[in-house]
Amino acid sequence: MSSNGNSGNALPRAGRALPWALVTPALGWTLLFFVLPFIAMGFSSLTAHEGGGFTLSNYSQFFTNPSYWQAMVNSLQVTAIVTLLSVLLAYPFAWILAEQVPERWQRLALMLAVLPFWTSYVVRSYSWLLVLAQNGVINRALTGSGLIAEPLQLANTRLATVTGFVHFFVMLLTLTIFANLKQLSPSYRKAAADLGAGPVRTFLHVILPLTLPGIMVGAFLTFVLCIGDYITPQILGGNNELLMPQLVMMQIGRRGDFPLASALSIILMAVVTVAYLACARWLKIERA
Amino acid sequence: MRQLVRVVSWLYALTVYGFIFLPVVVLVLFSLQATSFPIPPFTGPSLRWYDAVLSDVRLTSALVNSLLVASISSAAAVTLGFLSAWGFARFVLPGSGLLRGLITLPLTVSYLIIGMGLLVLFNWAGVPKSLLAAGIGHVVINLPLCFAIIYSQMGDHQINIERAARDLGAPEWKVLLLITVPVMAPAIFAGFFLSMTFSWDEFVISFLLTRFDTTLPVEIWNLLRSGLNPKTNAVGSLVFAVSIVLVVLFELTLLRRRKT
Repeated sequence: MSSNGNSGNALPRAGRALPWALVTPALGWTLLFFVLPFIAMGFSSLTAHEGGGFTLSNYSQFFTNPSYWQAMVNSLQVTAIVTLLSVLLAYPFAWILAEQVPERWQRLALMLAVLPFWTSYVVRSYSWLLVLAQNGVINRALTGSGLIAEPLQLANTRLATVTGFVHFFVMLLTLTIFANLKQLSPSYRKAAADLGAGPVRTFLHVILPLTLPGIMVGAFLTFVLCIGDYITPQILGGNNELLMPQLVMMQIGRRGDFPLASALSIILMAVVTVAYLACARWLKIERA
Repeated sequence: MRQLVRVVSWLYALTVYGFIFLPVVVLVLFSLQATSFPIPPFTGPSLRWYDAVLSDVRLTSALVNSLLVASISSAAAVTLGFLSAWGFARFVLPGSGLLRGLITLPLTVSYLIIGMGLLVLFNWAGVPKSLLAAGIGHVVINLPLCFAIIYSQMGDHQINIERAARDLGAPEWKVLLLITVPVMAPAIFAGFFLSMTFSWDEFVISFLLTRFDTTLPVEIWNLLRSGLNPKTNAVGSLVFAVSIVLVVLFELTLLRRRKT
């Protein structure tokens, strides 16, 4: 803001300490309850669970224990599938809301599309269980109509975890992609049409590239939220295959092993940071 | 061709809406189930499970705890966020960009890791698990949100009103309380209600940092161990209703801002 300097000068001299008095509580809170815990976690990850003393064994365990390593592989696979599916499902949907729905209904259509966003997160995963269980809605419908004889194993599978995640992220990505499409000036489309491009070419060569930054921001958000989530895999996936957050919680819940849980959390954060750096080119746009 | 695109679009949109609404409809429908299992065929309608939820002391006290933690932690987050937003928007501070970045940093870290960090810190400092500890975590996740909302709404026209008040001899605290707070009220309420919805629904931090007294999402989690149960449907539907009320309040405060 350009007028900051002026308003600063307009302050009485006695008020020089005021700006710091305003920002210090928030900064202090962040330092005390966000930065300091993070440092504590860093230290903890370098100590032995029993007896204390500094060690790198928590980190080396991750690389040598195949089941820990597998949790990360599972997490990355699930997150990649979820992100891809969510973008593929949400993009046409957002496009239809932005282009095919009449202007005055758009706000309502969008609000309806994100309404289930506001159910409790724990409850939303549980409701998918109602749909996917052995005697749940889908299996009852399939056996009832005679399509299959035996109920399918849908709950407690990777498919269930992915379904629960995609359900959540389709709503999120619809929001971000819709906003992105609405920001496009209609003149791009007109210009492409004037130059003789058909609808398909216009979409592939004009609309899609212009909305790519928005997609990347949404995909990154999906990645971060998905890979760090404990609830959905725990409720829907069961314990058949572990994802990283489940592994972290297991160290705390069953074994009280804070150092190992800290090390695994830090590894998880490192992966997110790498993903951030990989998309930084697109993500910077939001910062400006 | 155009007609075909239209028909395919409608079918696609309806399918996605169906996918999005399926679990919610199933949840609410089977909360009205008369028998003991929330599975087809539907045997309702009956309000007995709502009755069971409202007479369950653990659930109702968890509900009160959730509302308490959500309102107090949101009030704290919005106060800290507002003061710092005002400070950064109105005064030139050295390293301002960096400090603003620091305040918004928690937005990029998953709740699980924020909760873990606090758990390790409190464990070392000997702070017992409690609703207060969880509330502290909720302020950590909501403060950046409140700050970002309020900071983005600090416009230039408000500076002039504040300056006029100062010229007329108002001390800083009067400018803040009588001018800035009322002018910024829509953004402040929007930040408050949005924080409420997040804190009200937050699970992992509360799960890690509370023990005996706990919040509703954690209590629902405990309920899930008993398998599919219409009581869970009923409490879930109630949580949905409260969230919708909060979101409507958020929308209304935001819409009021747009009109002025």
